[in-house]
Amino acid sequence: MSETPKKASNEGFLWLLFSAGGVVAAILIPIQLFLFGLAFPLGWLPQPSYDHLVYLMSSPWVRLYLFVMCSLPLFHWAHRFRFTLYDGLQVKHLNEVIFAFCYGGALVGTVLAAYLLLSI
Amino acid sequence: MADKIVLEIARYAPERDDKPSFQSFEVPLRKEWVVLDALNYIKDKVDGTLTYRWSCRMGICGSCGMMVNGEPKLTCATFLTSYGNNATVRVEPLRYFPVIRDLVTALSDFLVKLQKVKPWLIHPNQPPLSAGEFLQTPEQLDLYKQFSMCINCTLCYAACPVVGLDQEFVGPAALALAQRYNLDNRDQGSAERLATLAHPDGIWGCTFVGECTRVCPKHVDPAGAIQQYKLTAALDWVKSFILPRGHKDAPQETAHD
Amino acid sequence: MTEMSELNQAAHTEFHPRWYRKRLSTWWWLGEWHYLVFILRELSSLSVAWFVGLTLFQLRAFMRGPDSYGRFTDTLQSPIMIALNLIAFCFIMLHAITWFNLAPRAMPVRVGGKRVPEFLVAAPNYVLWIAVSAFVAWLLLRTS
Repeated sequence: MSETPKKASNEGFLWLLFSAGGVVAAILIPIQLFLFGLAFPLGWLPQPSYDHLVYLMSSPWVRLYLFVMCSLPLFHWAHRFRFTLYDGLQVKHLNEVIFAFCYGGALVGTVLAAYLLLSI
Repeated sequence: MADKIVLEIARYAPERDDKPSFQSFEVPLRKEWVVLDALNYIKDKVDGTLTYRWSCRMGICGSCGMMVNGEPKLTCATFLTSYGNNATVRVEPLRYFPVIRDLVTALSDFLVKLQKVKPWLIHPNQPPLSAGEFLQTPEQLDLYKQFSMCINCTLCYAACPVVGLDQEFVGPAALALAQRYNLDNRDQGSAERLATLAHPDGIWGCTFVGECTRVCPKHVDPAGAIQQYKLTAALDWVKSFILPRGHKDAPQETAHD
Repeated sequence: MTEMSELNQAAHTEFHPRWYRKRLSTWWWLGEWHYLVFILRELSSLSVAWFVGLTLFQLRAFMRGPDSYGRFTDTLQSPIMIALNLIAFCFIMLHAITWFNLAPRAMPVRVGGKRVPEFLVAAPNYVLWIAVSAFVAWLLLRTS
């Protein structure tokens, strides 16, 4: 009957990434940011030693964990920030630029995370 | 009887005004009066030119929705006393709709959008009447019942910023009604509705502000309906990606036999 | 097809000469408390991006060895970084809480044909959140 526009399908995929990233960001980021951003620098808790971190990073599971924690939340950011710009500033006419900036940024971040975690 | 309340009412006469302005009316504050009673008092006793829509006075016709102190409300269900004695209550036409006159909004855009989502039972191979009634279990009814309570009062449109930002956005009530029929096991139209719904101007335009649900006088939860449909549409995309050819079915987990 | 194109023609009545149509202000989200909370929730995505960026720098510093990593942790102790991370943390918490609370609306759970109350669906999210956080903290804090 009526054909579904291609864009509509892609939106579904991007929304899945957004949702998965939202779950990961909600569950993993608070503790990570609290410890490394506040508790360790302010001396509330003892900073883990470099050797202990080396020990942790030797596990492939830890590296996979860090990869998921970096990659999916970036796609969450890309989706949400894109709509925040559309609606909050009413700049939907810059559609292509915003789209490329957001998802392109998320892709670059994902590649960087993969590169760093594989070369450690 | 000495209690009074002031209504600041938006007036707009298209043949005279460039934009709406406010006119104040003082009306008696009666314990049992709603905003609509005050409007009727003004029209009967003070100014017969005041124009607004109303019909049933019991929250079912959905025609008396207005902005009351900046909130979308059914004026037949909004008591004056909740604003207190000597208060000033601002009454405006529903936000984001074009204004025809005074408090009357143009509904044509909304009605077109409503029609687009085909909010009726689509059942191509309907069995003959002689085959008997279409039985539905309480569980099957419960799946969509909440979304069927909509009275098309359009309060949710006046609450939704996306409606204000994007005139093409199908909007909360129409999307929730589409979902009401998608979830009905007598309906087979969800594949037909998919193109309109899973579209940047359909569900993907919604950013889950949630205001539609908050203002709904019938507790329909359009925001929930839209997010639920997002999930089914996205999973449908995944399925069609894995099975590019075979999968042409409706994006519904509820099977229609 | 004709039915569809007729509908599209009447898609919206933008230029009706006598109807008053008000354009939405760019600052619409400042005017109302509910809209403001919404836009703050959406802006939490910036904190997410900030955190991931920070983590990527942390990984790079870690990769380059103990001295480099030490300089990185020193940077995190500067008042500006503490302030930025505090703001980011508040937004992340706003994201987490709104996310857990809204999830049951998007994914209703039914048991025996009846919808389970939203707070019961949200509760496991919080349990999982606390368990994962405790586990991560334990991994980092235990002395090997």
